[in-house]
Amino acid sequence: MTASSPQSPKPRPPLPYNMREVVLPGDAACPGCPIPMAWKVLSAVFGEKMILVIPACCSSVVVGAYPGNSLKASVVHVAFASAAAVASGIAEALRKRGITDVQVIAWAGDGGTADIGMASLSGAAERNHDIIYIMYDNEAYMNTGIQRSSSTPYGAWTTTTPIIGKTEHKKDVAKIMIAHGVPYVATASVAYPHDLYAKLQRAKKIRGFKFIHIHAPCPVGWRFDPKYTVRIGKLAVETGLWILYEYYDGKIHLSGPSRPYIDPKKRKPIVEYLKLQGRFKKITEDKIKEIEKYVEQHWEWIKRHM
Amino acid sequence: MGKLVALTGNYAVAYAAKYARVDVIAAYPITPQTSIVEKLAELIESGELDAIMIRVESEHSALAATFGAAIAGARAFTATSSQGLLYMHEFVHWTSRARIPAVMAIVTRALAPPWNIWPDHSDFMDQRDAGWIMGFAMDNQEVFDLTLQAFKISEDPRVYLPVMIGLEGFILGHTTMPVELPEQEVVDQWLGPRKQEYVIDGKEPLALGNLAWPEDTEEMFMEIQKAMDNAKKVIKEVDEEYGKLFGRKYGGLIQCINCEDAKYFAVSMGAWSGDLIEAVNKLREEGYPIGVIRIRFCRPFPYEDIWEKVKNSKGVIVFDRSISFGAWGPLFTDLVTGLYHYTNNLPIMSNVVAGIGGVNITYNDFAKLLTSFIETIEKGDKPPVFTWYHKR
Amino acid sequence: MVKEVQIVKTGIKIPLAKPKVGVAGKTGFWRITKPIVNYDKCVKCFLCEIYCPVNVIRVEPDQGPVIDYDYCKGCGVCVDVCPTGALELIQEE
Repeated sequence: MTASSPQSPKPRPPLPYNMREVVLPGDAACPGCPIPMAWKVLSAVFGEKMILVIPACCSSVVVGAYPGNSLKASVVHVAFASAAAVASGIAEALRKRGITDVQVIAWAGDGGTADIGMASLSGAAERNHDIIYIMYDNEAYMNTGIQRSSSTPYGAWTTTTPIIGKTEHKKDVAKIMIAHGVPYVATASVAYPHDLYAKLQRAKKIRGFKFIHIHAPCPVGWRFDPKYTVRIGKLAVETGLWILYEYYDGKIHLSGPSRPYIDPKKRKPIVEYLKLQGRFKKITEDKIKEIEKYVEQHWEWIKRHM
Repeated sequence: MGKLVALTGNYAVAYAAKYARVDVIAAYPITPQTSIVEKLAELIESGELDAIMIRVESEHSALAATFGAAIAGARAFTATSSQGLLYMHEFVHWTSRARIPAVMAIVTRALAPPWNIWPDHSDFMDQRDAGWIMGFAMDNQEVFDLTLQAFKISEDPRVYLPVMIGLEGFILGHTTMPVELPEQEVVDQWLGPRKQEYVIDGKEPLALGNLAWPEDTEEMFMEIQKAMDNAKKVIKEVDEEYGKLFGRKYGGLIQCINCEDAKYFAVSMGAWSGDLIEAVNKLREEGYPIGVIRIRFCRPFPYEDIWEKVKNSKGVIVFDRSISFGAWGPLFTDLVTGLYHYTNNLPIMSNVVAGIGGVNITYNDFAKLLTSFIETIEKGDKPPVFTWYHKR
Repeated sequence: MVKEVQIVKTGIKIPLAKPKVGVAGKTGFWRITKPIVNYDKCVKCFLCEIYCPVNVIRVEPDQGPVIDYDYCKGCGVCVDVCPTGALELIQEE
């Protein structure tokens, strides 16, 4: 997309240039979709040398229709519950064949990971296959039209919780992965690409099962103007609701952007995050109190394990 | 030549995978397949087999991981039965529609509820629409030979379809029979390195399975039907070649026993064909002009080969060890349809479904059914089109 | 040493796709609003290029952000993340 003249050496910008080559323009994603944002960071780390194993989810359609594919990388579409299992098979085959320069990444939504994919996720984690499992969390079954998943937050509107809103708290898959004893678990957000980049670089160097949980605000499903995708991702962190951390060597390492919010007084009020999203339009005061309590509990757990 | 050993059917499967030099095995134990997985684990951990075993947490993951390994260029293998096969059914379709060579052994067992560990063909026949090549063995030597041939057939560029080989649980799976094992170098020479249409290993960016519009989709699936047709030729070639190299030839898609000048034919598949053959041999001595057509491959369905044998016959009786509820036995249904390609005047045909849930059918039962069939037709009557033969 | 596998292509139609720009067509047609750059305010921080979900912004070393309007969907994320307000959303014609 750009020509650089060979004569005068241009100053290098602070951006990995692989980021320009892999995510191709003109995909089928909704405007403001967090998925290609995250893919760009992946490509900054791995370039073309990644095999994304994608179960049924929005990403299955974002890449476009045969015979074209919107990623200049390898993709294997798989049945819904099996991303981790297929990724395991691919990783072992590459290991047997002696191929070490390709990263196998299971790229699944919250549905395909926390719900239907839980069994195969647990199996692959327990066997410690050398793959990166990335759960991008748009907090509902978005591809089939915004139905409730175990990852939908408390009180959120979805098409299957249309009047009362979700009555359970979010299933914390990162904690489940920590309990599996895998070498690396991290949470990230599309709103903090540099943080995600650093985490992927660390994961690249670790042998064994790595799990990354990426917060991915969805304009269509959460009901907000597409230009606020990054702003809402940032508010999630700034209200203390989404905590950025890594877990390795037996403890929590709190990530830079989340460090200020260990102090409840520094956190922005939860309503600032909720009011921008149509899915929380009908939320009541006591539900907000419940969410604040949940956030504080989550921070307590983080602090205990630091 | 090779060396003669005493092996159970399950061990014959395991050794065939070993001789084929499989790279990746992903399997989950289920009665009566368990000893396949256990033997393979032992062969790997002792160093006899240079392969990776993924001890998956379910059958769905078993075929998923096998599929993944196959996509990335490994010779991949798995085995299962009954409920496990049903659990991985989604991937049975996924693997064939992706045109990926792979091999799976099915140690057949009845379906639940009620829980039943005894053999019939229900689990196997439940897969017949998926696009896998489906072969079935009669004894442990054939189990070994078919499993080994499965790799060759599957990876043939005219085919590029996965292959499943059936063997009855316990009757073959756990019963010891003599099996001649070939020489590894001859197998290596004959089988060669793995072939596939495409591989996803990072060398070039490829995407498998993107959404496709209806016309593209149908064209892809029409290719599978064409490959099935090619497979008929390939199966026969492989059988011939195998016969020359290893001394055992079975006749291709079907095996015909006592068929010369037969006026009546009994058709079956699987281990009970052995009992059927004994019954037919005895009836031949008593003067009944009957032969046995043993179906070795039910997908692709060998209707042309069967027509050649039965075209002038007076009656054909088909034994099914599974049923499509609400209709008839699947082998019978496929055969009648196949023969209808050639004539509106079919020979008199009868379907006997039996042995479901593992009910033991002996050669006496077969003799009784066959004599009844033949005598009814000789008298000028028509035997029932469908019977479910049950005994206690 | 890599164990090679024999790729024998037969030309059968299989569900295999290759990288392509514009799989969903010229997604620029989706736009209702369009981002434009005020080059005087731009400090070349690269945030717009990093965040753009269709990867159509290229921050040129001399010029600044160049947007490929054939594929820009007009989502406005670039406008919202720009720290100096150098990007602005205007109505599409």
